[in-house]
Amino acid sequence: MSDDPILSARGLSLSFGAVRALDGVSLDLWPGEVLAIVGESGSGKSTLLRVMAGEARPDAGAVTYRDTLGASMEVHGMGEPALRRLARTEWGFVRQDAREGLRMGVSAGGNVGERLMATGARHYGSIREEAARWLERVEISPSRIDDRPGTFSGGMRQRLQIARTLVTRPRLVFMDEPTGGLDVSVQARLLDLIRGLVSDLGIAVALVTHDIAAARLLAHRLVVMREGRIVEEGLTDRVLDDPRHPYTQLLVSSVLAA
Amino acid sequence: MTGWILRAEGLTKGFTLHLQGGTRIPVLRDAALTVEPGECVALSGPSGAGKSTLMRLLQGNYGADAGSILLRRPDGGVSDLATAPPREVNALRRDTIGHVSQFLRVIPRVPALEVVAAPLIARGMAREEALDRARALLRRLNLPDRLHGLPPATFSGGEQQRVNLARGFIAPFPLMLLDEPTASLDAANREVVIALIGEAKARGAGLVGIFHDLDVRDRVAHRVVEVAPLREAA
Ligand SMILES: Nc1ncnc2c1ncn2[C@@H]1O[C@H](COP(=O)(O)OP(=O)(O)OP(=O)(O)O)[C@@H](O)[C@H]1O
Ligand SMILES: Nc1ncnc2c1ncn2[C@@H]1O[C@H](COP(=O)(O)OP(=O)(O)OP(=O)(O)O)[C@@H](O)[C@H]1O
Ligand SMILES: [Mg+2]
Ligand SMILES: [Mg+2]
Repeated sequence: MSDDPILSARGLSLSFGAVRALDGVSLDLWPGEVLAIVGESGSGKSTLLRVMAGEARPDAGAVTYRDTLGASMEVHGMGEPALRRLARTEWGFVRQDAREGLRMGVSAGGNVGERLMATGARHYGSIREEAARWLERVEISPSRIDDRPGTFSGGMRQRLQIARTLVTRPRLVFMDEPTGGLDVSVQARLLDLIRGLVSDLGIAVALVTHDIAAARLLAHRLVVMREGRIVEEGLTDRVLDDPRHPYTQLLVSSVLAA
Repeated sequence: MTGWILRAEGLTKGFTLHLQGGTRIPVLRDAALTVEPGECVALSGPSGAGKSTLMRLLQGNYGADAGSILLRRPDGGVSDLATAPPREVNALRRDTIGHVSQFLRVIPRVPALEVVAAPLIARGMAREEALDRARALLRRLNLPDRLHGLPPATFSGGEQQRVNLARGFIAPFPLMLLDEPTASLDAANREVVIALIGEAKARGAGLVGIFHDLDVRDRVAHRVVEVAPLREAA
């Protein structure tokens, strides 16, 4: 693991009218590290992810990305074209609603191949082969390669979205509730898939989740948010087993009781 | 003396239960523990005295309120677990601190063999070699081959505990923490664990254990450190 963070957020604030969605949030993410972001509904988790990924501009604060060559760049200062290039190549975003992360009018193979082509792949045959390999890797039968995602179950769509995102081997992936809205058994399988791929590929992940068990399984570090602020952070198992902030204690106790 | 592997001093730990009106539970005050290479130290004391709390502090699972936990790493450097940032704690767990918890935390869908091999793979060993070693150790702990490829979720308590033990003993950690390592084992497997502890001592590891089985404790521990309950204070 490198000693420089791949992504650093400093003093991020963003209000929507009277709502302070982010209120002075700072955090670092290191290469190969999985950071889980948990907290109650409306605490600012999705907003934080969107601001870090350059999809929303903060009222105050800055996000710095360190690229493959070690060069630092301001996410909100690099301009649209550079940001779009990053989003297509070195970054990925897995959305809770697969329909937002997939192109529903394009076949499964096309969804995966499209990301490959965006990074410069040109040879149709090898793109299709690689797409088939990735479908298999996320446990979708390659015989479904020409089917559109609309004909897939929720869990399959989510796995397709993961294949589409990871096929270009991004260094940094944002995930917003990747298992939300799925059956518990489907969730377990998806989590296991994410766990394996993330550690095999050494990807840095900022993972927003409601699922404390998922955070424990996947994350090296944990951040607890409330009302736009980070109230507690640290080693995942320490935050969960020895929580200090009243809100974290509530969060952990409600999981055990459930 | 500079030989120690673990040197904890001034350790203080309590809990504040915010959901119970801020009740304070002081558990450890100014606790100290030094472990030399090749030495096995047993923690003893009445139920609730804080033995498991101390073990969890030594593993980084609980955070200390005060004090230091110095660990000598395999590269010869020293880290203070009590103040180390999360990434350093994770590195210490990979290279320095081996841990056998009382109960296995099962990971869905991951087979026993992979669970056991994981610490070796994390240290960079080739997958095949790591799996071979894991297989050999599971066999030594009498876990039937037909279970090696299955996730431990459905295993019996004793089977899970043997997976847990194999995972803890698979890599040559300088420090080994053992919380009731023989609790759910039969006599034959207890002997295997006693032998594994002996081998760890022989290679110069330091061990800290909680052994409710006094026969086991007397056979493996060089000394017993008493964890005394604090009087209700503050
Ligand atoms: N585009 C927007 N316009 C107005 N308000 C917004 C906008 N985006 C977010 N908010 C508000 O900001 C706050 C934080 O929203 P956010 O989506 O970040 O929460 P969250 O932690 O992701 O919650 P959940 O767990 O329910 O997804 C909420 O009060 C939300 O209503
Ligand atoms: N995470 C925690 N939150 C709150 N209190 C805790 C926590 N962990 C331990 N304690 C409290 O600390 C005290 C010491 O517990 P600990 O488990 O360390 O005792 P022990 O000596 O291991 O006992 P036993 O022999 O019964 O296992 C107990 O009062 C316990 O309730
Ligand atoms: Mg959200
Ligand atoms: Mg105990």
